[in-house]
Amino acid sequence: MSDAGAIFPPHHLPDHPQAWSAGSPDAEPLLQANGPREWRVSGDWTLLALRGRYDEFRQRIASAVTEGGDALWDLRTLRRLDTAGALTLWQGWGKKPPSRLLWQPEHVTLFAQFMQPAALPKRGPRLGPGLERASLGLLAFARHGVDIVALIGRLLLDLVAVLRHPSLIGWREISANVYRTGAQALPITALVGFLVGLTLSYLISRQLKTYGADIFVINILGLAVLRELGPLLAAIIVAGRSGSAMTAQIGVMRVTQELDALSVMGISHTVRLVLPKVVALAISLPLVALWTSALMLLGGMAAAGAQLKLDPVQFLHLLPSVVEPVNLWLGWIKSMLFGGLIALLACHFGLRVKPNTESLGQSVTQSVVTAITLVIVVDAVFAVLFSNVGI
Amino acid sequence: MDTAEVIIEVDNVTTAFGGHVIHRNLNLTVHRGEVVALIGGSGSGKTTLLRLLLGLEVPQAGSVKIFGHPLGRCAVRDLERVRYRWGVLFQAGALFSALSVFDNVALPLRELKSVPPDLIKPLVMLKLAQVGLKPDDALKQPSELSGGMIKRVSLARALILDPQLLFLDEPTAGLDPDSAKQFVKLLRKLRQELGLTVVMVTHDVDTLFAVVDRVAVLAEQHIIASGPLAEVARLPHHFVRNFFLGHIQRCEEDDLRRFRLSLDDTSDEGGVPAVLREEQTV
Repeated sequence: MSDAGAIFPPHHLPDHPQAWSAGSPDAEPLLQANGPREWRVSGDWTLLALRGRYDEFRQRIASAVTEGGDALWDLRTLRRLDTAGALTLWQGWGKKPPSRLLWQPEHVTLFAQFMQPAALPKRGPRLGPGLERASLGLLAFARHGVDIVALIGRLLLDLVAVLRHPSLIGWREISANVYRTGAQALPITALVGFLVGLTLSYLISRQLKTYGADIFVINILGLAVLRELGPLLAAIIVAGRSGSAMTAQIGVMRVTQELDALSVMGISHTVRLVLPKVVALAISLPLVALWTSALMLLGGMAAAGAQLKLDPVQFLHLLPSVVEPVNLWLGWIKSMLFGGLIALLACHFGLRVKPNTESLGQSVTQSVVTAITLVIVVDAVFAVLFSNVGI
Repeated sequence: MDTAEVIIEVDNVTTAFGGHVIHRNLNLTVHRGEVVALIGGSGSGKTTLLRLLLGLEVPQAGSVKIFGHPLGRCAVRDLERVRYRWGVLFQAGALFSALSVFDNVALPLRELKSVPPDLIKPLVMLKLAQVGLKPDDALKQPSELSGGMIKRVSLARALILDPQLLFLDEPTAGLDPDSAKQFVKLLRKLRQELGLTVVMVTHDVDTLFAVVDRVAVLAEQHIIASGPLAEVARLPHHFVRNFFLGHIQRCEEDDLRRFRLSLDDTSDEGGVPAVLREEQTV
């Protein structure tokens, strides 16, 4: 402590009577006419003291400069001056020092930095709306397509390698992913499935009742749920739940350079990260879809029982005879495809994350939106292709 | 100097995480205009102490006062008075990766909601020039910057509100010797110009020699010594002895002064960053 001052005397401390203390509140910044053609600047001219009054002071200074001709500016009684305060004065003076100026020696460096021509950055040419932006969008879309094809190719090659050397299969990862995407999704899919089934059955029953075709509620509900709604609902919920988590996980690994660490160690991203996720979701989504379908039928059964006095035993007994089992298989295969698709898209968007936070958020959103959209598109394609099967 | 105003007062602080005691009855006082360095081995609680000073952690016992305002249990108005008066340079920069360099530095100003845009722009450009960055760098994204530039941008952001107190967490860690030297020169220059009070955590002996007035050694859960470099370096403590191994001679006052004068030599490499010098000659 004792020699610190000797080696390095503090330069900037004002030694005039109203020395300020660091924690004290700001004093009012003042600009006063001190006789004809003389202005006294005093108080605190700091960022916080001037809050909200910059324009007022700049205008007052500017008008003082224009009207006064060759006024004297006295800065010696300033309590505190920082860059913002100095810049306010400077801008008021018209970006040049006034010819008659009295100041404290320690303020010289503050004003000196304004004398250097501060080159302002030029923004690069911004793309306007129109052809250029559209073509860029198209290019980005094409790049996504190329990347996905590359990822699928890589995945297939790795799959062959893994099948040849089964020791490479990450059973632990697959099992963990099945648990996370399947078992942990059971409560939410059960709730949603039951409620949707209930609502659907209620509406259908009301309509059928007017025609006296009560018994057909089993046909409609069974076919719709097992073939379309069950797999679709499960896929949408899992895409929102697990797809986003997968994208975020891989994205964070990019941000924290964990992906680079894996590459350096010669561990393939696809074998260790992508493949287990794709396989696990392709296994767990059909199971979740089956579970969701079952709960939807349960809900439908409950509503039909309440609305049409349909006996649950009769419902279950009639179901296999009116809905062909092939519908179940169709739903099962679709779910498997949906599962693989969701995981693949999640990994694709995760791997494309750039190491910043905004890109991470964007990728997660894109991943979920794209997955849900594609699931519905693929479902529609299936509906067209298999329009003659099982109905 | 002994009568100088107290800026930071840490009084009998005890910190513990999950039963593991990190600080026990720790005391530290920093006066205005001082540059204080915290040194200590890995895991000695330097970073935790810094987080305590920043109000990011709350001590189990004791109090931390900054500018005379106690952290933790103070009114919002008091906290505001503190937060607008300090600048922090985080170890990894902690730049907002979604914002450009300009927006990163301008953020604290914009958050005040009372500074007109035509004042923000020159202020930001001035700070960038002050830390030795080119005007073109303002439009870059943090991911495009090198380690040294991230530190500079982070320093510019810490300085944008013209703080009276500056916290530096390992300011020269991860920089090559030349960049580190440049950074140290920059700190010296800023300190002379702005009269800052600085608290830094550092492992770099050169940084200590270049800018520090007082060294506080953190070991065995408290500050075991606090004083000028020459005094602390002679302490018969195994950590201190290893830390200054081979540097003891440099701690002599005359040598120290000579070393610092060589850094301040503005005729050659000087305190002015290379970028500014080029501009002046143009």
